Amino acid sequence: MVTTLMPEAPSSSATVRPVTVPPIGAPGSDQPAPARGAARPMIEIDDVDFFYGASQALHDISLNIAEKEVTAFIGPSGCGKSTLLRCLNRMNDLIDGTRIGTGQIRIDGVNIYDPRVDVIELRKRVGMVFQKSNPFPKSIYDNITYGLRIQGEKRKSRLDEVVERSLRGAALWEEVKDRLHQSALGLSGGQQQRLCIARAIAVEPEIILMDEPCSALDPIATAKVEELIHELKKDFTIVIVTHNMQQAARCSDKTAFFYLGRLIEYAETRTIFMNPANPQTEAYVSGRFG
Amino acid sequence: MSAPTSDARIFARPSAAKRAEKGVFWLLRLGTYFVLACALFIFLDIGLKGGAVVFQARAPFINIPFLTQAPETLNVVELDGQKVRMGDREFRAFKEQNPDKLKGAKVESYVYSAGGIFPNIVGTILLVVGSITIALVLGVLSAIYLSEYAADGPFVRFLRLSIVNLAGVPSIVYGLFGFGMFVIAMDMGVSLLAGWLTLAFMVLPIIITASEEALKAVPKGYREGSLALGATKLQTILTNVLPYALPGILTSSVLSIARVAGETAPIMFTAAFVIRDNLPWQVEKATDFIFQGVMALPYHIYVVASKIPQNEYTHDVQYGTAFVFLFTVAAIAMTSIVLRVRLRKKYKW
Repeated sequence: MVTTLMPEAPSSSATVRPVTVPPIGAPGSDQPAPARGAARPMIEIDDVDFFYGASQALHDISLNIAEKEVTAFIGPSGCGKSTLLRCLNRMNDLIDGTRIGTGQIRIDGVNIYDPRVDVIELRKRVGMVFQKSNPFPKSIYDNITYGLRIQGEKRKSRLDEVVERSLRGAALWEEVKDRLHQSALGLSGGQQQRLCIARAIAVEPEIILMDEPCSALDPIATAKVEELIHELKKDFTIVIVTHNMQQAARCSDKTAFFYLGRLIEYAETRTIFMNPANPQTEAYVSGRFG
Repeated sequence: MSAPTSDARIFARPSAAKRAEKGVFWLLRLGTYFVLACALFIFLDIGLKGGAVVFQARAPFINIPFLTQAPETLNVVELDGQKVRMGDREFRAFKEQNPDKLKGAKVESYVYSAGGIFPNIVGTILLVVGSITIALVLGVLSAIYLSEYAADGPFVRFLRLSIVNLAGVPSIVYGLFGFGMFVIAMDMGVSLLAGWLTLAFMVLPIIITASEEALKAVPKGYREGSLALGATKLQTILTNVLPYALPGILTSSVLSIARVAGETAPIMFTAAFVIRDNLPWQVEKATDFIFQGVMALPYHIYVVASKIPQNEYTHDVQYGTAFVFLFTVAAIAMTSIVLRVRLRKKYKW
């Protein structure tokens, strides 16, 4: 069953398992990842622990995420995959009593938990699409331009241009171009989620985080979003959390499997699904637990 | 096949349980009808008797002097065996013109029973608008702090407890507090400003609690979505939380308007005058505006209903004032409701 769902292998390169982690204590290292010459690690997660109050949600997570690739986080509910995702743009800061341990998360070599980091600037560079599509109760146009307007952009021509580009980028332009000034809440669920993606890419981030973007969508809408993810890969680094293993198999290049707050295995998606090294991974991807 | 007989088991038969059910049902129904009857009685009584004062059969159908003049003393003069009613100004003019006619005539004076209630209407509107504005500003600021910024802890729990307790303080206590604090200690005198602040403090708990609920009802996704686009917390609150909470906040203001307009106790020591010759805008300099006392409808009702000798002539002014009072409060509340409906339509979620 698993084999039939496998995507075409993205490259013929040898599988990397586990992906090597750069030596700790080399912040700002810009060296390309050893095994994949072209893509340097965009995000380096280094020995990260995470706590909600007294309870520890993540244990010693280390993994590198390559630029312009789709990386999927999979695992059963409560395994910490969403928590890790929300660490990447510091959305967890919003929850009282959370803290990250001694580890580091570096984006482009900069530790984003460094006190000097401007969280606002970080979130402009690391966009996010949520599980429940959350278009604002404003017009489609106002939704897309929200990010730019709060940055102070007022020129109508520029806003118009961004609206069209973002909606085209999210494969939504043809469907909504005649009703840009109607409420975004009149769109279907799938369109709303693509609108949220358009809204995220309107501020031109480098990385897009997607937290189970298709969990509330029907299969057709899901297929559209997955196609879109495939398209977006050309311009953005994408990290996607999903409950749906087929989805991970279909649209990601690399897959990380989490269990009980620990990273169990991280490798090429093909490897995770066809030839996992860890028996727990195998049990999960073949549907025996989780 | 046998036809069903009268003792078929499915046919209804009286039983104690059914009788009890019927009895209780009627009790519930009567209880509800009793409330309805009370409300109807109040509104009909004031509507009919007050309506008779405010409206009239002849054109222009509305008793305009009652709505546009200040309260006056009523003089009842016996002329040629007939009782003639005259307001104070009318009476003086008459006296000057016909000094002879009044010689030996029997004149009875009844305070506040002639003229109208115009300054009272103006005063009540001023008190309501001013105090609601102050209360909304303070209340929404506190609600935003409590709902969006304050981390839960012993101090915030204590704050909330204080707010809830404040809601239970009797209005006369607010009146005395306002008198001690604003009128005397802060030397504002009996003034609009002192009344505004006292009334605002009285409705603050309602506004804070309702506004906080309204803010909390805004889905978390709107906040997260906005923050994830690189908005600051303040930008998020101003552009993506507060606008959606406004209808709920306005609901709280409707409740508050009714309370602010209706309470007599808080203003009797702080803002209300029994009688005042000048209208609120007849002041020498602009700053005097907020430091003047005003006449107000609830206080006027209190005075004419309990502080002056009762007689057949006071009846009209009592019912007329109550009627206009109900109508004024309804009109102010209605503007708030219309505003709320409009906002709901604009931000539907």
